[in-house]
Amino acid sequence: MTLLRIEGVWKNYRHQSVLRGIDLDVAPHEVVCLIGASGSGKSTLLRCVNLLETIDDGAIHLDGDEITDVRADVDEVRKRIGMVFQSYNLFPHMTVLDNITLAPRKVHGTPRDRAEEQARELLARFGLADKAGEYPDRLSGGQQQRVAVIRAIATQPRLLLLDEVTSALDPILVTEVLSIIRELKDAGMTMILATHEMSFARDISDTVCFLDGGVLLERGSPEQIFSDPEHPRTREFLQRVLDAGRL
Amino acid sequence: MTDGVTPPAKSARQLERERVRRGQAIRSSSVATASTIVFLVLVGVLVTSSPGWPRVRETFFDPEWFTRALPDVLQGFWINVKIFLIAEPIILVVGLLVALARGLRAPVFFPLRVLAVVYTDVFRGVPTLLVIMLVGFGLPALQLTGVPSDEITLGVVALVLAYGAYVAEVFRAGIDTVHPSQIAAARSLGLSHGQAMRHVVLPQAVRRVIPPLLNDFVSLQKDTALVSTIGVIEALRQAQIYAASKFNYTPYLVAALLFIVLTIPMARFTDYLSARAARRRGPGGA
Repeated sequence: MTLLRIEGVWKNYRHQSVLRGIDLDVAPHEVVCLIGASGSGKSTLLRCVNLLETIDDGAIHLDGDEITDVRADVDEVRKRIGMVFQSYNLFPHMTVLDNITLAPRKVHGTPRDRAEEQARELLARFGLADKAGEYPDRLSGGQQQRVAVIRAIATQPRLLLLDEVTSALDPILVTEVLSIIRELKDAGMTMILATHEMSFARDISDTVCFLDGGVLLERGSPEQIFSDPEHPRTREFLQRVLDAGRL
Repeated sequence: MTDGVTPPAKSARQLERERVRRGQAIRSSSVATASTIVFLVLVGVLVTSSPGWPRVRETFFDPEWFTRALPDVLQGFWINVKIFLIAEPIILVVGLLVALARGLRAPVFFPLRVLAVVYTDVFRGVPTLLVIMLVGFGLPALQLTGVPSDEITLGVVALVLAYGAYVAEVFRAGIDTVHPSQIAAARSLGLSHGQAMRHVVLPQAVRRVIPPLLNDFVSLQKDTALVSTIGVIEALRQAQIYAASKFNYTPYLVAALLFIVLTIPMARFTDYLSARAARRRGPGGA
């Protein structure tokens, strides 16, 4: 069974192709980590899945519907997909509670009191109960990113995309964000993560994909990719990560 | 902050440091006071020693004419205030609508978008005085039914047209300063373009443009005097009437002072808001 099917996706910027025929299937409850150097196309792939970028060839299917169909309702597709960004992108003029309840209220038509009740439950579950009334700039980076994750899952999406969500955080704050992602995995959330946290990727993934120059060079279980990579480019990348002390 | 911990007694070094700083503060304020006095005296001497000063004092600074003109000029000034108070909210609405029209992307709205561009280009280019004259004399000349003929209404229409274009550009600049990642975040949550605009982009944009908007309004307060050209008897016109019949220009000074009294609080308020916004952004803050 497949939740998301990516078929031969190309993405070109001007005269450069950043995605060169990506194929990837994601099963329900599967956690897929995209690894690779900066500029390898990880973020672009996530943005294409969320239709923040239009693809230049291929197709993406969610629950059997082609979401890249030119006639597809973009807003309807995005209702089913949550996304968390590297720089949190919380709305600075809204409290934490309003950030979380905006989409449930305005997009899904949930009444305010019910949306707020659900938001408070999520905040309590992830240790942020006392932050509901705060504005984002009063929170640490780790807290902001956890709020961004809660905001993305408040609409109960089918699929959650996480784009280098720990890259802007210091090591202490990284762990608090990673622990919330681990909880989501335990709750059965289907996720695709673009990440530079190799040990986390090894720990949490069902599948690891190595992207290089817009090509999905190698995919496999975390054990296989990290201990016995087939492709020389994968070996080279992991060796460089190891040398940099990130594994 | 200290959570009940008593800060340790200040060291001799710190006490000495604070004593020197206090001394420096006293010295700089006394220097400022002295130089201000010297400057004012110099300007006073320069003006009053000029050969034409007795004439100028008579025609511009006559206390008797001041008190005689004040009631009439004040009454005229009330019309300036009224024009300003009516025009300002309309300008805000027009400016916002034009700015939003320029951002519409659906093909249906193409004519609206073009109209918005043409409008801002034309009315930012034409001097406000000309707009007032064209509207004030041109619109009634068309003799269309429903077109107002009273000068105050025509003056308001002209000011709205002229300032709407400026304010639209201020709003547009504010909308452009909201980072695209905010729109990406809103859209990724499933919000439509319109919803993202309304709930995410506009609230942030409006907050940022309040100081420049208030600046435009200070300028609008003064420009209400331009409607005197189409026959509205406001403060400037009242002063002119006095000046023309009595050959004394003190009423102009009265009008000028009234405008200053109105604009200075607004200018200070603008400064305060800008300073507060800067403080909120803080050193390296969000």
